[in-house]
Amino acid sequence: VNRRKALCSTRGRRVAASLAALIGILLLAALLAHPTRHVGAANSDEGQWLRPAGDYASTRYSALAQITSDNVKQLRLAWSFSTGFNRGHEAAPLVAGDMVYIVTPYPNVLYALDAQRGSLRWKYEPKPVPAAQGVACCDHVNRGAVYADGRIVFNTLDMHTVAVDARTGRELWKTKLGDINRGETMTMAPLVVKNKVLVGNSGGELGVRGWLTALDLASGKIAWRAYSTGPDADILIGPAFKPFYASDRTPNLGVSTWPSEAWRIGGGTVWGWISYDPELDLIYYGTANPGPWNPEQRPGDNKWTSSIFARRPETGEAVWAYQFSPHDEHDYDAINEQILLDLDIKGARRRVLVRPERNGYVYVMDRGTGEILSATPYAYVNSSKGVDLKTGRLEMNHEKTPVLGKVVRDICPASPGAKDWQPAAWSPRTGLLYLPHQNLCMDVEAVDTSYIAGTPFVGMNVRMVAGPGGHRGELTAWDPVRARAAWKLKERFPVWSGAVATAGDVVFYGTMDRWFKAVHAKTGELLWQFQTGSGIIGQPITYRGPDGKQYVAVLDGVGGWAGAIVAGDLDARDAGAALGFVNAMRDLPQHTSKGGTLSVFALP
Amino acid sequence: MRLHALGLAVFTLATIAAAPAPPPLRVCADPNNLPFSNAKGEGFENRMAELLARELGTRVEYTWWAQRRGFVRNTLDAGACELIVGVPVGWDPVLATRPYYRSTYVFVWRRDRALDVRSLDDPRLQGLRVGVQLVGDNGVNTPPAHALAARGIVDNVRGYPVYGDYASSAPSAAILDAVVHGDIDVAVVWGPVAGYFAGRLGAPLDWAPVSPAAEPPALRFTFAIAAGVRKTDAALRDRVQTALDRHADEVAAILDAYAVPRVATP
Repeated sequence: VNRRKALCSTRGRRVAASLAALIGILLLAALLAHPTRHVGAANSDEGQWLRPAGDYASTRYSALAQITSDNVKQLRLAWSFSTGFNRGHEAAPLVAGDMVYIVTPYPNVLYALDAQRGSLRWKYEPKPVPAAQGVACCDHVNRGAVYADGRIVFNTLDMHTVAVDARTGRELWKTKLGDINRGETMTMAPLVVKNKVLVGNSGGELGVRGWLTALDLASGKIAWRAYSTGPDADILIGPAFKPFYASDRTPNLGVSTWPSEAWRIGGGTVWGWISYDPELDLIYYGTANPGPWNPEQRPGDNKWTSSIFARRPETGEAVWAYQFSPHDEHDYDAINEQILLDLDIKGARRRVLVRPERNGYVYVMDRGTGEILSATPYAYVNSSKGVDLKTGRLEMNHEKTPVLGKVVRDICPASPGAKDWQPAAWSPRTGLLYLPHQNLCMDVEAVDTSYIAGTPFVGMNVRMVAGPGGHRGELTAWDPVRARAAWKLKERFPVWSGAVATAGDVVFYGTMDRWFKAVHAKTGELLWQFQTGSGIIGQPITYRGPDGKQYVAVLDGVGGWAGAIVAGDLDARDAGAALGFVNAMRDLPQHTSKGGTLSVFALP
Repeated sequence: MRLHALGLAVFTLATIAAAPAPPPLRVCADPNNLPFSNAKGEGFENRMAELLARELGTRVEYTWWAQRRGFVRNTLDAGACELIVGVPVGWDPVLATRPYYRSTYVFVWRRDRALDVRSLDDPRLQGLRVGVQLVGDNGVNTPPAHALAARGIVDNVRGYPVYGDYASSAPSAAILDAVVHGDIDVAVVWGPVAGYFAGRLGAPLDWAPVSPAAEPPALRFTFAIAAGVRKTDAALRDRVQTALDRHADEVAAILDAYAVPRVATP
């Protein structure tokens, strides 16, 4: 497989733009001249889709241009495949060679299908222990597999990483990484960098200490593990660690920003996205919220929860880190994707990473140093007042701090943040990021008697509600250079699916009320839509089939945190269910039932 | 009249002969959560289930599921079972009977240390190593954990997730093992857990109820425990209530056998 550098030169496109200008298509030239200064966007894997984000830069951009904004209205279903499972389907399909691969929610079955005809080639069943369902903290999702060197690698809910022969479905290795009996699970999609499989854990609510672990791609042996909390030695912080902000340079902050031993069960799990810059040789990923302590029990910043790390892939050594939400009080995990771009910021070319963060800000950071260049709200935010660019610190609004026994209304964004795990796409042709996200606030209304593992306690009654405007979801086209929205589309429900952008100037995303949509990358105009069997929370992709045709694929199958009311059969009258999310999703069962299907589309 | 009675007797006999065994009492329970329940039937809620089934003229059939988030959804609400033996009164997901016991969070220490801690305002709590149970439900924890934090007692506090290590035979005992081994000086634990394990670990433990019993606006340390059924299942709730009322002495004997600390209110 030809895997050229993901962050490739744009010289070719620049020449194309000049030619276009020369032949007098002035409008086209104007549109292309600005975006050509952006690099890092090309998916160079020859029409395949080898990892959920497409490329290492996590752009979810495809250079395929058979399907365009002009002809997409002719798109039709080529084939489909039912997974046979009813939990939330969050995964991205993979395409390697002439096969499409999908991994299902628990029990994490891997299917291999003919990329052109959709016929089932084989399936692989890892058979995770059934107890994983009962002890998992949340819905039993899986965010996808990764292809590398003839192998499909993915995680199972019960803490195993498996590698399977991509041609035959034969298991090559299966490594146990933790113990489901201690509350650990895995839901994230691995990334393979330099023959290392990078995986992280879930379960911060249950007293799990977060980590990122690297396994050898050939053998499955553990190469290194980097914790998110604790002494520098455990976090793999050493002499090379040079965080941008002075306050982050003190040794052993993973211990000293916690009361005594609280870091040992401090959360900071790693269940989101990893990106890689081959030129700087750095991987980037974020950590989840602090847990299972309540905020009053953990005075201090609680490093390095709700943070981002830049590390060397071969050793795990930390190069810089930054904490988005110090002493998080709102469940703002910082596990969202980071999109690696080269942008002109204030007249200078900068190597940046762009993070549409759960706390409601798009951060544009220098990915070599961790310096924040801008941090701008992309949704309505009142839980904080902004980011101090001198110190890097998020200024909290303490009027919105949830306190047990006190009524606090209208905390925005709600716990899932302005955007949760659902990954954005980038188009170098428009210079816009396409952010699928939610528009939710929450009330912490009253105390409720709660009960877990034989232990009664008083809980907070959280109710999520639609944010300003009354709609619950948005697709925002965001210009990271100008730090402003170019346009926004409103959706009835949170947009809990990923997005993909193409060289045909089409952006695809799905809605929880069963619409798979194609919109114009420049204007957001709805060009085409298809009604799927269940609501969509998966990640759409596009690929070139063995027949040379461009296909678009997406898994439907509603669920996840947002869709738990349907996938988990929750009671619509129980406003506090799914940590208060059910209150905002009462009408979802009127729009969709559950069940996973892969749909693949092509032009006639 | 006699003929009628005879006819009824014949009818009844015929019905008994033809009818299958009465349906079992289907109980939703955690297979590994002593002292409440386990798959071997060793918990006091197992004993309670057997008592109730006997009174209802049938046997117990369990649906096992870890009692965590999703427990009710995957058991009671999924129709897999119909009774949860122990639930706190006021717990929204179920329809509850009247409470059959009331317990309290307690301080626990090694008997040979004779600490005799009884109040959250005991000044020694500022310096002792104190263990608390954590539930981690969106930043909410057990009431003593909040009460200590409100007093600024933070740095000397160790947390023990109630989930424990589910591979062990007594996941919730970890916090009391820590008292026995001297990792902590005193633990603040939900009563039934403390009462049961106090005499079963490596060294004898003593306990005393947490005082005060409540701290407005949100904290209280005593809870009333009842049996719970589906919200639509008032008929079963009433049958279980009748059984509980009729066998109050046996219920008390079971709770005594497991040394469940009990308080009069609420």
